[in-house]
Amino acid sequence: MTKLEARGLVKSYGPTPALRDVTLDIDEGEIVAVTGPSGCGKSTLLHCLAGILRPDAGEVSWRGHRIDTWSEAARSRLRRTEFGVLFQFGQLVAELTAAENVALPLLLAGTGRRAARAAACDWLERLGVAEYADVRPGEMSGGQQQRCATARALVTEPRVLFADEPTGALDTVTGEQVLTQLVRLARQQRTAVVLITHEPRIAAYADREIVLRDGAIDHTGLGLDAPLSGGAR
Amino acid sequence: MHGYELKRAYDQRLPQVRPLAFGQVYATLGRLLRDGLVASTGPERLTGPDRTAYSLTKDGRVTLERWLGTVEPPMPYVNSALFAKVVVALLVVDVEQARAYLIAQRQAHTDRLRELTALKTAPSATVDEVVAADYAIAHLDADLRWLRTTLERVADWHREVRA
Ligand SMILES: Nc1ncnc2c1ncn2[C@@H]1O[C@H](COP(=O)(O)OP(=O)(O)OP(=O)(O)O)[C@@H](O)[C@H]1O
Ligand SMILES: [Mg+2]
Repeated sequence: MTKLEARGLVKSYGPTPALRDVTLDIDEGEIVAVTGPSGCGKSTLLHCLAGILRPDAGEVSWRGHRIDTWSEAARSRLRRTEFGVLFQFGQLVAELTAAENVALPLLLAGTGRRAARAAACDWLERLGVAEYADVRPGEMSGGQQQRCATARALVTEPRVLFADEPTGALDTVTGEQVLTQLVRLARQQRTAVVLITHEPRIAAYADREIVLRDGAIDHTGLGLDAPLSGGAR
Repeated sequence: MHGYELKRAYDQRLPQVRPLAFGQVYATLGRLLRDGLVASTGPERLTGPDRTAYSLTKDGRVTLERWLGTVEPPMPYVNSALFAKVVVALLVVDVEQARAYLIAQRQAHTDRLRELTALKTAPSATVDEVVAADYAIAHLDADLRWLRTTLERVADWHREVRA
């Protein structure tokens, strides 16, 4: 029952359709890449799966329970405990130090100050940024901030991590280091990862790739903008 | 160094490179010996080729350094069966054949990319393995980009090739 399931997801923004009938399953500990051309609905899908957005139609279930019908408060509690989210830009709290940022989800979940600080420092260490524990995001490089954000996303040992182009703003070398750490740590603690990317070499870190095209799963796995039959373009 | 030591160093330091047969090691050493670039040392020769140790001569060292100092021409020709197959498919068969080939090739490349990524991210991966895998990954990635854009252009291309 440790599974994330989506059935027939549909979502529009006003007149703009973003998802049309997406059905998928993600197993415990599975790392799944979601790829496809810009505007095909990747971020919208991730937001629906993570309970940030409510689909217009369809269902999202986590361990057999429908979560899309839950209240905003219940869904945001889920995002602080069993789910983790990581975006292209770290979204760290500017006023807090790296360690305070990483400790935050633990404090919100009721962990004591001292234990939260210790866990935060431990996670900063695993991501290779321990020396920035008492530094604020404004004084860190993009790559250091993203490592810190990754530590914050993993500190609660979530069962699913939703990552939207987590290395999209980093140079290739730094991006790869962050991703290698992220994947290694996720595998260690059997955290499933939904990883959005448009790069084949990043998608190759996943166990499986789901290709979206025009808001639907593209079973040819090509995600091309052009129709496959009909030829002329 | 003995022939078998050279072979072992080759296998260890150049993983993912086309494998080298023992015969090739000795044939190459023979040529280098003939050209005076290596010298065989020690009297052990009598007990068989495996016992012979070789070392670089002064000439050998100079030749090696010259080779190391020479820049390789950056891709003077597009030398790829991938490219040739698509052109031939367009010339001799049709767009669908070219497309089917591109799709199958893309799948094979993607599978290999995933294998190499697993290899380099394994906790036991050595630096040699990571560096070799990175080289292969970067080339597969470049091919994949080309496969993708070509898939989108194949219909236009067909019209031009056939015109
Ligand atoms: N807040 C919004 N308001 C209106 N339309 C939106 C909004 N967010 C997304 N869209 C539209 O929904 C569609 C899907 O967008 P989405 O952000 O999910 O795409 P994406 O695959 O993540 O693209 P990218 O690779 O560029 O990030 C697009 O057509 C987009 O213009
Ligand atoms: Mg997006």
